[in-house]
Amino acid sequence: MKSIRRVSRRDFLKTGSVLVVGVSLYGCGKEKMPGLAPPLPSDGWSPDVYVSFDSAGTAFIISHRSEMGQGIRTGLPAVLADEMDADWSRVTVEQATGDAKYGNQNTDGSWSVRGFMQRMREAGATVRLMLEQSAAQQWGVDVSECKANFHTVVHGPTGRVLDYKDLVAVAATLPVPGPELITLKSPDQFRYIGKALPIVDMHDMTHGAAKYGADTRIEGMKFAAIARPPVVFGKVKSYNADRALAIAGVEQVIELPAAEAPAMFKPLGGIAVIASNSWAALRGRDALTIEWDDGANADFNSTAYKQALLETVRRPGTSLRNQGDANAALETAAVTVQAEYYAPLLAHAPMEPLAAVAEVTENFCQIWAPSQDPQSLIPMAEAITGLKPDQIRVNVTLLGGAFGRKSKCDFIAEAVLLSKLTAAPVLVQWSREDDIRHDYYHSVSAQSLAAGLDTSGAVTSWRHRLAYPSIMSTFNASVKQAGAMEAGMGALNMPYDISNVSVEAGDAEAKIRIGWLRSVCNIFQSFGVNSFSDEIARARGLDPKENLLDLLGPDRTLDFSEFGVELTENYPFETGRLRGVINRVADEAGWGRSLPAGHGLGIAAQYSFLTYVAAVVEVAVEADGSWSVPRVDIAIDCGQYVNPDRVRSQQEGAVIFGLSLARASEITALDGRVVQGNFNDYQVLRIGMTPETHVHLVESQAPPAGVGEPGVPPIAPALANAIFAATGKRFRELPLGSRLNGV
Amino acid sequence: MITLTINGQPRQYDGDVEMPLLWYLRDDLALTGTKYGCGKGLCGSCTVHLNGQAIRSCTVEMSRLDGATITTIEGLGAAGEHPLQIAWAAHNVPQCGYCQSGQIMQAAALLAENPNPGEQQIDDAMSGVICRCGTYQRIRAAIKSAAGGGV
Repeated sequence: MKSIRRVSRRDFLKTGSVLVVGVSLYGCGKEKMPGLAPPLPSDGWSPDVYVSFDSAGTAFIISHRSEMGQGIRTGLPAVLADEMDADWSRVTVEQATGDAKYGNQNTDGSWSVRGFMQRMREAGATVRLMLEQSAAQQWGVDVSECKANFHTVVHGPTGRVLDYKDLVAVAATLPVPGPELITLKSPDQFRYIGKALPIVDMHDMTHGAAKYGADTRIEGMKFAAIARPPVVFGKVKSYNADRALAIAGVEQVIELPAAEAPAMFKPLGGIAVIASNSWAALRGRDALTIEWDDGANADFNSTAYKQALLETVRRPGTSLRNQGDANAALETAAVTVQAEYYAPLLAHAPMEPLAAVAEVTENFCQIWAPSQDPQSLIPMAEAITGLKPDQIRVNVTLLGGAFGRKSKCDFIAEAVLLSKLTAAPVLVQWSREDDIRHDYYHSVSAQSLAAGLDTSGAVTSWRHRLAYPSIMSTFNASVKQAGAMEAGMGALNMPYDISNVSVEAGDAEAKIRIGWLRSVCNIFQSFGVNSFSDEIARARGLDPKENLLDLLGPDRTLDFSEFGVELTENYPFETGRLRGVINRVADEAGWGRSLPAGHGLGIAAQYSFLTYVAAVVEVAVEADGSWSVPRVDIAIDCGQYVNPDRVRSQQEGAVIFGLSLARASEITALDGRVVQGNFNDYQVLRIGMTPETHVHLVESQAPPAGVGEPGVPPIAPALANAIFAATGKRFRELPLGSRLNGV
Repeated sequence: MITLTINGQPRQYDGDVEMPLLWYLRDDLALTGTKYGCGKGLCGSCTVHLNGQAIRSCTVEMSRLDGATITTIEGLGAAGEHPLQIAWAAHNVPQCGYCQSGQIMQAAALLAENPNPGEQQIDDAMSGVICRCGTYQRIRAAIKSAAGGGV
């Protein structure tokens, strides 16, 4: 029986009002680490929330962070296994459900290793000690004579050996030792930390067995596609579902209530089509005739918006950082350099379009979703279903790419709501067009930079004016300016040794949902600052690398907390480490080497997510303006690292991500509607543009810092600087396109 | 009634003949290793073999498949690990993994036709399969080593 339903605002009110998640945007809060759980007296043993053993001695290690390509399902479990002195081939990694007992699971902000390496080490060392204690008790010897060795414990004086499987039962009866009793390994004892370890999902990923958001199959599952308002906060005025309902497999059409500002992570509303397969749902959705009431955001046009942003940065803005008197110093400078930069909205476009499965019954709700933030799904599901947290289970699938988009649970809330309304398990499948047109976009931005030089060529003033709609507008519709959190990603914390500095933000009202994308505001602020640094080099007649080092000044530690930039404990901003990666990458890339005609080298450096990265891009520009990138060198100092192969692969990927946005990607709006919809008009890099990429990993004993995001920001400016070196033409707008104008 | 062979198994289909193969594989047969990425043949995540040729299963309707032989990623290694699957592991290619079924199926069709492709031939053959994580450099290396016989 086919039917049409309308969900009233009142039915939905709880959902709409309670989806207030994501207050901590980057998961950087000081979370309490979960304590050690008491041992379970059974034939298995769970000494810690992150690890348990079965009686065969297999260690089950929990990956509580979400896997989206960064390799965390391998990285953190390997840390625990290392301290436990486990045989990796006898370790099974299990994905955690969303549960506060695991501590912070919000996989965002390049934070997983930084936040949890120490915790994993302590858990592993605790288990190791307990296994040694178990052996000592069984042998009747002192524990100091027993030493863990690759899934066994060895009694030193006699050479007796017991496998972990023979130690589990007794270990399970022992009290968990306090942290003062455990000993962490010294780095020379590491088996896995610092070593290239293949990812645990390799076999599944190469045999079609890996499970992502749309791969859950449940008996009786329905498939849903939704026509969402094309303009944010638009509403359905009227619709006709006759054609949709006539399609074989379409079972039901449900009108969902519209969302109102602020966007939060609320579903956008629209008309859902429920069907017996994805194809019928998508086709049925396309067969709907809908008249929309677009609302106030229908006046959003990218061409006019860009002009308005550029005009805004030509005027003084709200001061975010003020040292000395930059404006006065600019007035009196012997030479002034000035430039404007623009970068567009970007969509995340992970290869996996959004998809999630939910099964809501009278007394239980189960979710299977590619979520970066699984704990946030519990209050969401509570609000929609009225169930209690212990009646909600959040299963985390693999994420087929995410880049920040899958932190937002709007698409998962749709699945929960539709499952509740249909009393059946529901898979909500977003089409690629849905994915690109209903994103939380990386912000569109304009920047105006000015620098003053004295008669000796020294830079005496720096003024950075910026305007872009803020991520915070997604949570509070009245926010119309970037604040310290965003400007602190590359603008407020500009590290140069210049005495007069002004950073100012202008108004920019959000007309679309704004979110965070891999490396966030560092993308465009690095583009502005590093491009402008290159322009200063040209004005000074200096080599761009020497200019960068000169601007950076003497090695020192920087603190921008007086301007609201958060200071992270144990992570001082050390300019010497930025200098280190600049020198390293320049040496490795052969900075200054002679190049074929039409080629150029560009350099850029960026501190982000507590990590130091510098890149040298080599560009080859043809006579007709077409261009390619034969080679990229990228040096990263992320402190201690766990898996060097995954650090390298993340930088290789960051180069592609950076080149995609530099070359081709751009979202524009016309009458509030996103123009682009698929990979024909929202382009990302394909294999043919892939440069020969060399990653240079700095050995460091500093605490572990970010890896997934920091490789992105230097790429676009290094490229633009390389194009200037090759052609003498400066490009200040992204994307550059496949053919450069006027070269 | 459409009769076809999928991963060596005979199948019969009598549903909507306009439905693309992708959804038949995923929703009817639960062969979820083949991925939806764009629905328009633009990204290659859904690549499978039709009578040995790489095709985008999101754009090939069931009506065209009577008598067809289809191989998906689940059936690629039926006669033991495919050299590409071994090479993929040796080069640690995948990041998120989502596009990798399509990448491997496209590469397998390339090697079946040209056992020793040059760099440009690899790029040309693989240009239709997007990887947003940016594993392209390792894809090139893995194909080269699988083609060379050693991994």
